[in-house]
Amino acid sequence: MSRRLLWLPLAGFVVLLLVVAGGLWRPADPTVRSALIGQELPDFTLPPLVPGKPGVASATMRGQGPRLLNIFASWCVPCIAEAPQLMRLRAAGVAIDAIAIRDTGPAVQSFLRRLGDPYVRIGDDRASAVQLSLGSSGVPETFLIDGKGRVIRQYVGDIRPDQVDAIVADVKALR
Amino acid sequence: MRALAIPALLLAAGATAQTVAPAALADTQLADPAQEASAKALMETLRCVVCQGQSIADSDATMAGDMRALVRQRIRAGETPDTVKAWLIGRYGSYITYDPPLGAATWPLWAAPVVLIALGIWIARGSFRRRR
Repeated sequence: MSRRLLWLPLAGFVVLLLVVAGGLWRPADPTVRSALIGQELPDFTLPPLVPGKPGVASATMRGQGPRLLNIFASWCVPCIAEAPQLMRLRAAGVAIDAIAIRDTGPAVQSFLRRLGDPYVRIGDDRASAVQLSLGSSGVPETFLIDGKGRVIRQYVGDIRPDQVDAIVADVKALR
Repeated sequence: MRALAIPALLLAAGATAQTVAPAALADTQLADPAQEASAKALMETLRCVVCQGQSIADSDATMAGDMRALVRQRIRAGETPDTVKAWLIGRYGSYITYDPPLGAATWPLWAAPVVLIALGIWIARGSFRRRR
């Protein structure tokens, strides 16, 4: 019995080694994901930011078919990289609403003039309050919302060219 | 000093690029000292989602400022720190707090010391008995 117990520390060490090796092999993913997936959008109302474009409210996101909710800012560099993909999504018939984080009207207007305007609505989120209520941790991030106003998916970071087709398929699947 | 100047300039450029001033309560204490104390205590247990090793009380990230403003607003409106924490956990999961609730992933942390002490006592008892 005690002979066998002698191997216990070595066995413990091997287990520890495997745990550490596992961490090296597949490092932890530091992406912060929203816990709202599968749940209703929280209630919010954001005023418009740009003339001629309405603000965003959770109520306006229900009963209008599936759509994307893009969280962006004119000061955000990856948002510039993402802009052509959003234009492609719009061209494919995907409705996109936006929440502008800590931004100003003129800055957003010049951003849209330079990079194209894929948005149906733009809400003004001055203190990231709605962003925090969505469980979003940065810009850009995009939520896929179904026709009933439920959060289906979250795309963290800028949407890459190779993701566009899959997102169009995701939106079509909800129709 | 010069080595510091360039990063400082870059930081300043980043700060001015964000076109709106930080949220009102991000860096302003609440008028009621008791409320401010409980808000501060809560902030120290909340993770900044941008700079993930820091609490929102320690972080200079704008997003952390917005989170501080949110905590102060809710505490000022009379919410308890526990409800604010639960609200954030509902949005971000337990990852948002450094003091996560007891759950499937955290109970081994609490059980392990008890198990290890029991194991130690058992081993010690065995060795003392042999010595006699």
